[in-house]
Amino acid sequence: MTTLMPMMTMEPTMLMPTSPATATSYVPPKITVQNFNFFYGDAHVLHDISLEVPERQVTALIGPSGCGKSTFVRSINRMNDIIPEAHGEGTIEIDGRNIYGPGTDVVELRRRVGMVFQKSNPFPKSIYENVAYGLKIGGVRGRGQLNETVEKSLRRAALWDEVKDRLNDSAFALSGGQQQRLCIARALAVDPEILLMDEPASALDPIATTKIEELIWELKANYTIVIVTHNMQQAARVSDRTAFFMLGKLVEYGETNTIFMNPREKITEDYVTGRFG
Amino acid sequence: MSNAARRKMISRLAEIFCAFSVVVALVPLALILFYVVKEGFGALNWAFFTHMPKPVGETGGGMANAIVGTLILVAIAALFAVPIGCMSGIYLSEYPGSRFADVVRFSADVLNGVPSIVIGIFAYGLVVLPVKRFSAIAGGVALGFLMLPIIVRTTEELLRLVPGGLREGALALGATRSRAVFSVILPAALPGILTGILVALARVAGETAPLLFTAFNNTFFSTNVAQPMASLTVQVYTYANSAFDDWHRQAWAGAFLLVMMILTLSIVARLAVRRLERMNRP
Repeated sequence: MTTLMPMMTMEPTMLMPTSPATATSYVPPKITVQNFNFFYGDAHVLHDISLEVPERQVTALIGPSGCGKSTFVRSINRMNDIIPEAHGEGTIEIDGRNIYGPGTDVVELRRRVGMVFQKSNPFPKSIYENVAYGLKIGGVRGRGQLNETVEKSLRRAALWDEVKDRLNDSAFALSGGQQQRLCIARALAVDPEILLMDEPASALDPIATTKIEELIWELKANYTIVIVTHNMQQAARVSDRTAFFMLGKLVEYGETNTIFMNPREKITEDYVTGRFG
Repeated sequence: MSNAARRKMISRLAEIFCAFSVVVALVPLALILFYVVKEGFGALNWAFFTHMPKPVGETGGGMANAIVGTLILVAIAALFAVPIGCMSGIYLSEYPGSRFADVVRFSADVLNGVPSIVIGIFAYGLVVLPVKRFSAIAGGVALGFLMLPIIVRTTEELLRLVPGGLREGALALGATRSRAVFSVILPAALPGILTGILVALARVAGETAPLLFTAFNNTFFSTNVAQPMASLTVQVYTYANSAFDDWHRQAWAGAFLLVMMILTLSIVARLAVRRLERMNRP
């Protein structure tokens, strides 16, 4: 009974809708990770990670601090490339193509795999210019197309109504939660297939967090989402599948319900019930 | 005396000493300004701005050629030092750990400490000797070398202060490294860099030594950058060394104008930065 405690505090409806769909139909994996290892210099931080991320679902990565979940999510768009002396081994395939193979265009990869960071990082530009940035560097110049995409992206990020009258204001004039949704809109504007979120709500208050979670819920209709979170209730609320990381290893991966209600490993149960972490 | 009273007294003495030091530091500055304003402002008149220097022995005339000359010389210096300095600063902040960056950084610091007259001699050898003629270009190059290290180091320092999250944000959207630098990181640091450039401009606008054997001087009005050119500083130097009261008066006026130009530049820098920062403030 004690293992069910955290679940009791949640809205049951937030958990239920995911299970029937995933249980009945096979969804081909969008991301396939095989024996992936990662090193910062001599430090071996990810050990033989293998997992499959299904398309148009939300996959949550949970685990204690320093377990490698952030490193892992940053490996999917090769964001770790900018850290000197860091390198990955093994394969991460997106639609069957190994992004760590030779001839991978990292710039092209990152256009397909958007990312939202823990600390919102709007550019020192106007709200409009922030959302249009990805399009502009991609060579889009037409005012009409820019306007249309900026509006569409802000609507998708549930921010349009709050900012439509002040698109030319500095992005820094927005609140923390709005800034994070702006960063989501900015990522959506380049129309990625995958959206990586590295603790997107950890710096936000509960109301802003709820908004981000509702947004994730809506976005999964169009995007494959991988979200790192410290908050287990959040993982339970928003994700279809959950991967539990510990000390650089993938301990357990499966349907979110299973991970939380009936985990295979004792240590997973201890973590999701809050015995440590 | 009790311990507490002694401690209070020591603290009081330290305060007094600090305040005294501030006064000692500020008095010469105030005296200089007072003197320059007192002697210079009275000597200023419309002719000073619009007329050319009169031949020796005649009174009146102005420094129109030197005023324009100083502006041209500083513009040449900026044209040469700003792009190279900013690019070098970007290089240093992008590749901070490389051996070459260490060499460049050290060289910039050494260059910053080189006496300006030595820079003048260098520009003389580099630009004047090959064509055997003093020129505004040579003067501009000399001033540019003086600006260069200031711009390089300010650009580097300010780019390093830009949060790493901005770079990651740009890269995550598919920006190339250079695109991220020029479209996000550089604009974020721009207000500070601009201040650095204006400070460097203000500094070199007041230089005399490096111009003595590069731009030399010119008693005629000239905008030809391949010819010798007058400048406020050299003109002030020449007039102050002369034996004529009228020239002394004009030297004061020139000094006053120089101080005012540099003051204006500093104020403009502040205003521009405040404007730019309105968009950038986190």
